[in-house]
Amino acid sequence: MDARPAIELRGLTRHFGERTALRDVSVEVPPGATLAVLGRNGAGKSTLLRILATLLRPHAGEVSVLGEPLPRRGFAVRGRLGLLGHDPLLYTDLSSRENLHYHARLHGVRPERVDELLERVQMAGRGDEPVRLLSRGMLQRVAVCRAVLHAPDLLLLDEPRANLDPGAGELIEPLIGRASGCTRVLTSHDPQAALAEADVVLGLKDGRVTYAGAPGGLAAADLKELYA
Amino acid sequence: MRAALTVLRKDLLLELRTFETVPAMALFSVTTFVIFHFALNRATIDGQLAAGVLTTTLLFAAMLGINRLFVAEREQGGFDAFLLAPVDRTAMLVAKAAALFAFLVVLEVIAVPAFALLLLGPSLGPPLPGLIAVLALANTAFAVIGTLVSAIAVHTRARDLIGPIIGLPLLIPALIATARAAGPLLAAHGSGSPPAKWIAILALYDLVFALVAYAVFDFLLEE
Repeated sequence: MDARPAIELRGLTRHFGERTALRDVSVEVPPGATLAVLGRNGAGKSTLLRILATLLRPHAGEVSVLGEPLPRRGFAVRGRLGLLGHDPLLYTDLSSRENLHYHARLHGVRPERVDELLERVQMAGRGDEPVRLLSRGMLQRVAVCRAVLHAPDLLLLDEPRANLDPGAGELIEPLIGRASGCTRVLTSHDPQAALAEADVVLGLKDGRVTYAGAPGGLAAADLKELYA
Repeated sequence: MRAALTVLRKDLLLELRTFETVPAMALFSVTTFVIFHFALNRATIDGQLAAGVLTTTLLFAAMLGINRLFVAEREQGGFDAFLLAPVDRTAMLVAKAAALFAFLVVLEVIAVPAFALLLLGPSLGPPLPGLIAVLALANTAFAVIGTLVSAIAVHTRARDLIGPIIGLPLLIPALIATARAAGPLLAAHGSGSPPAKWIAILALYDLVFALVAYAVFDFLLEE
């Protein structure tokens, strides 16, 4: 088994013009573990996810994902990670099935996988409707299918259960939950739910790390301060 | 190649679903010919004037397509989805240029007969094979430079302005070569083949920009 961390950040810094979105962020996540990134809006959570997804370049520090240094070896990890962000990354004028077949072809995934996944999230019956006609919850279920279509090793989940009712949440659980067996990085505005899933917690406030460690070490006062 | 075909197929499917780009380009062209018909106050035109009117109209119609080329990618997350896939990023360049080329071919199937009907004096029949060759080279220039410019413009706030501001100056040499190559074809007693010099210049311009686009496109997709 590979003993190297699945994710290793050392002094990660990222700016947007004058503003520093992430400053000197360091954390390690073992393979198969779940990292919960906590913090209020604008803390730098989505920026961190986009850097791990190879969509943004770090401006300073070292980033290693699945054993590959980023951004230099970004091409080596792109097909091994699944991103579920605020944007479903689906073309609204295409159907769910057409969107997923498009992604399947890009990732070299067999086409049967599309119908398998749509069945699993109970969207097969509406798989031929344009995505723009789907409700937010249905859209999120299709977006989950898109994120896990190529069986990634690392899941980057930004508010993954947003817009989902409890029933839909149960449907996607085997795909993106702990049972998926993937290393996961997840953000949530529900810190208690995120902590319940986490093996490692990263607390961010204004781009700075306020806590990095096991969930048990995060005091209630620290959590309150994160969202203050 | 597989990735480029996948993106191209998706772009053509999106256009077939929405009919947002090609009908607008065609309508613009036909309207422009009607405007020229009245503005020039001539029943028919031929030669260099005809070539200039046709080429300029096609260029401005192409700008409409160029401006919309990456809209779905920007607004619906297509860039991120593509960048997350383990494929060569130049596949997007190839696919977008091929899609724009296809849009231009469809445009010309409508616009060239409309031009012959509304403005052109000489018959379109004899010069048609030569004209198709000239327009194929012009389309390649519009498609390659248009894709490059559109990829630059899409990341800016003033994207609708940046496209024409950068694109039109870059396309002037292609416009000149296309018009000069088509001029003799559209003359009243014109030759059946376009001048080799202008065809060579157009082909060279296509090649140079294809290489430039291939070299820089990867960086244009970076946020």
